[in-house]
Amino acid sequence: MMAAASQPTTSATTDVLSYTIVIGLEVHVQLLTRTKLFCGCSTAFGAAPNTQTCPVCLGLPGSLPVMNHEAFILAVRAAKALSCRIAEFTKWDRKHYFYPDLPKGYQISQFDLPFSSDGKLLVCDSKGRFAPRTVGIVRVHLEEDAGKSIHDESTGCADSRIDLNRTGVPLMEIVTQPDLRSPQEARAWLNELKLLLVYLKVSDCNMQEGSLRVDANINLHIPLPDGRIAKTPIVEIKNVNSFRSVERALLYEASRQWDEFNHTHAEIGSSPKQTRGWDDPAGVTRAQRHKEESSDYRYFPEPDLVPVTVSETELSLMTSAQGETPALLRSRLESQWSISAYDADVLVNQGIAFVGYFERLATILSDGKSASNWMQQDVMRMLNENTVAIESFPVRAEGLAALIAQVSSGAFDTSRARDIFSEMVKTGRSAAEVAASMGIADVGDDELMSLCRELVACNPKIVADVKGGKEQAAAGLLGQAKKKNPNVNPGKVRQLCLELIRAM
Amino acid sequence: MHPGDMSACEIAGAVARGDISAFECTQAALSRIDRLNGSINAFLHIDAEGAIASARSIDSRRARGESLGPLAGVPIAIKDVLCTRNVPTTCASKMLKDFRPPYDAFVVERLRTSDAVIVGKTNMDEFAMGGSNENSAFGPVRNPWDLSRAPGGSSGGSAACVAAGMSPIALGSDTGGSIRQPAGLCGITGLKPTYGRVSRRGLIAFASSLDQVGPMARSAADCALVLETIAGHDPSDSTSLKADVPPYSRLLEESLAGVRIGRVAAHFTEGLNPEVARAVDEAFAVFRAAGATIHDIEMPHARWGVPTYYLVAPCEASSNLARYDGVHFGHRTDTAQILASHAADRTQKNNIDSDQADSTLVEMYRKSRAEGFGSEVKRRIMLGTYALSAGYYDAYYLKALKVRRLIRQDYLNAFEKVDLIGGPVSATAAFPLGEKTGDPLSMYLVDLYTVTANLAGVGGISFPCGLSASGLPLGFQLQSPALAEPLLLRAADRFQRITDWHQRRPHLEGTLQQP
Repeated sequence: MMAAASQPTTSATTDVLSYTIVIGLEVHVQLLTRTKLFCGCSTAFGAAPNTQTCPVCLGLPGSLPVMNHEAFILAVRAAKALSCRIAEFTKWDRKHYFYPDLPKGYQISQFDLPFSSDGKLLVCDSKGRFAPRTVGIVRVHLEEDAGKSIHDESTGCADSRIDLNRTGVPLMEIVTQPDLRSPQEARAWLNELKLLLVYLKVSDCNMQEGSLRVDANINLHIPLPDGRIAKTPIVEIKNVNSFRSVERALLYEASRQWDEFNHTHAEIGSSPKQTRGWDDPAGVTRAQRHKEESSDYRYFPEPDLVPVTVSETELSLMTSAQGETPALLRSRLESQWSISAYDADVLVNQGIAFVGYFERLATILSDGKSASNWMQQDVMRMLNENTVAIESFPVRAEGLAALIAQVSSGAFDTSRARDIFSEMVKTGRSAAEVAASMGIADVGDDELMSLCRELVACNPKIVADVKGGKEQAAAGLLGQAKKKNPNVNPGKVRQLCLELIRAM
Repeated sequence: MHPGDMSACEIAGAVARGDISAFECTQAALSRIDRLNGSINAFLHIDAEGAIASARSIDSRRARGESLGPLAGVPIAIKDVLCTRNVPTTCASKMLKDFRPPYDAFVVERLRTSDAVIVGKTNMDEFAMGGSNENSAFGPVRNPWDLSRAPGGSSGGSAACVAAGMSPIALGSDTGGSIRQPAGLCGITGLKPTYGRVSRRGLIAFASSLDQVGPMARSAADCALVLETIAGHDPSDSTSLKADVPPYSRLLEESLAGVRIGRVAAHFTEGLNPEVARAVDEAFAVFRAAGATIHDIEMPHARWGVPTYYLVAPCEASSNLARYDGVHFGHRTDTAQILASHAADRTQKNNIDSDQADSTLVEMYRKSRAEGFGSEVKRRIMLGTYALSAGYYDAYYLKALKVRRLIRQDYLNAFEKVDLIGGPVSATAAFPLGEKTGDPLSMYLVDLYTVTANLAGVGGISFPCGLSASGLPLGFQLQSPALAEPLLLRAADRFQRITDWHQRRPHLEGTLQQP
């Protein structure tokens, strides 16, 4: 039943040929600050419950919040990179609701004057599976996180526990326009957003630890035979724990809405916005229980905090330390190192440290293409095999460059070089040391010449074939050469043997 | 002189010189508290042990030749809205009956380092909401001048404490007049500093944009001494001002020659008791005699002060008091009973509609708040919740903010023509207990002359300027531009150098009831 705008299908139940999937995202990102948004408590993940709290984040009577300026700077840096307009004047608001993990009875957030708005972020697919898509950003605002409720229903008495370590941790909420047109695009866009925020050191975007959370809004625009476009009710999907789940949940939900529309013909506005939770193991979304009352958060300006004003000078100071965005980095790598857009994309997607390694390697080699190939094939393979991060990779760029230089000079062939590289990673030793310990030595010219003479003498059939014009027959000599001396360079053997045969 | 009759300035000097010990002063205060509190109910908690321990420490440090703080050995009472470490801090509410904060308020820290001796926590209207001190969950405070009358509120306990000589100074908080009005009704001097002059950290919030801590004492000079100690920037309160703190107590000498005092004609129309009007006009005459000039000014939006205040304050209160939900601190209803009744429901009905019935959580919230808050607090939470609700916000809260700006502008305009604004602090002398409790609106009007200073964030001081025919104190109020406390205190001090109203004492001994 699934159909995307680009894949028209016919349906048994209606005359509809195609529909458009419309997706907007709300992303909560935890900022990489040492301390919470309004107090000095640590934001470190994984501490014992309720050990990172103080009167302020517990909301004890008489406590007052004080804004963490570092959080504000990080948020501004992210918003600038998302091409947002930074407000000269922004304020804090209280959002009220009762919940046990919200000790003050309100969350300090931003309502009508967020610190930034009107941005955009472009996502391209290097494999060309979808056209480049610019996704508008409605607003980016800051708020404090709530605590964590842990419901243990195993005891049968609905025992709930609260951990307030997370209470007051700085969150940045990014709300997009409904500009995404497929689950695949949504996933790719989230990857690009994550990459950007990690590059800017704004967030570690670790979904497992809750530092990036996604809510996805989706509905379908269905052209009807009378020319009208029917819009299905918007559903907000919550509880998605990975970008892959976002894609799967959206695919499922598009299909479910299509089925539902064919049954009910319900359109937007016919019921309040529905929230559905993603059940990952079951691969379905499920309606979440309606809140008893429609939420009226009674926002009003937070009187305990002063509004924040940002001058042009402060703004340029805040963003002066800003690193390169992934998009800029891709195009720079492409032009500076003469590599393809695809290669640049693969490198950049591996993260800033990986790109740093690549650029050191390319600089030493003065060869971007060769560096890029080694990074994508050998370095990535080693990282995966050893499940190690590039930051703690035992072979430095200089060491790898030395190895590659020897390959280019013909000292070893690529397959020998790979063996050496693998050993370098294992032992942390240099290419020369590894080659020596493996008995790999440069074979001297005289030694090589006598070996080739012997091969030519012992293989009259091959010699005859080559003389008869079948040069590829010389390959037969290479295997024998390797057997006699594994250190010989097959390229050189081939060249010498051909010369000897031609001279016969 | 009996230490109970000495001013804070006198005690601090005498203790520093060694003429009297901090222990003696503390004992004198504690024994008067012990004798009088049963009749007046000014204290919710008397910290005799803590007070004696700090007095002894002050005395031994003096004996070792160490220098002492500026309030050395001065007994001080703290309104129970201010957090005191490990000492009960209840806001006169059942909700916080058992609350012992793990920290001191900023002002309490400052008092401790200046060697004041904290004798206890004073009674108040619950969460500082009220103008008569009758909203305390622990019984009303009685006015030392007439035990059948209210002391005013919400800092009624602090005012009565100072008036009865139980301590020479006390701290109060003023959100709409809660220092100045009870000071006026109890015949003492009370200062509401400029908003942000004193840190609010550890002041349990009623209405954050209006709340301000201030001193209550028998004289402006003592208020100056205390303000010097408690004022100043606190990085932990984003709204505290970064302005330097002048040595208020040493800036009282200059005469009032050429000081322009504004008089608002509208203050003297309907509603103002003629006795009060006469006393206030006599006070203006005193200032004129002291070299000040009196000028008629207009505050065209002041008449909207009370309605504006009763939107802004309840809105903020409804938010500030959301945290008292029985989950993390404060009163929690008997949850065993809720769980039992829910279990019974389930067996009876077999299948309860979960959308109809409250969840146990919601029921816990409801009951905890219903049991923990008194009726005035509930009334204001409801007012504020209503005014902030979708569809009403613009008409009420937003409109109130606009009027608040106009009122602030009235002050700015006025202070281009005059240096201070004078007038009554209350329309009447102390009223009988119970007179207004059945009529919340009439109770709200007791703030008529005081709320505008809070809405504008300016400073105000009230001090006694006469006695009624029945012997009750009458108060005068001066208001100043932001951060003009030096002038405010100097003017009040000058008045007290000329008159002796502030030295009148209630005749307590004859009227005391046995506790």
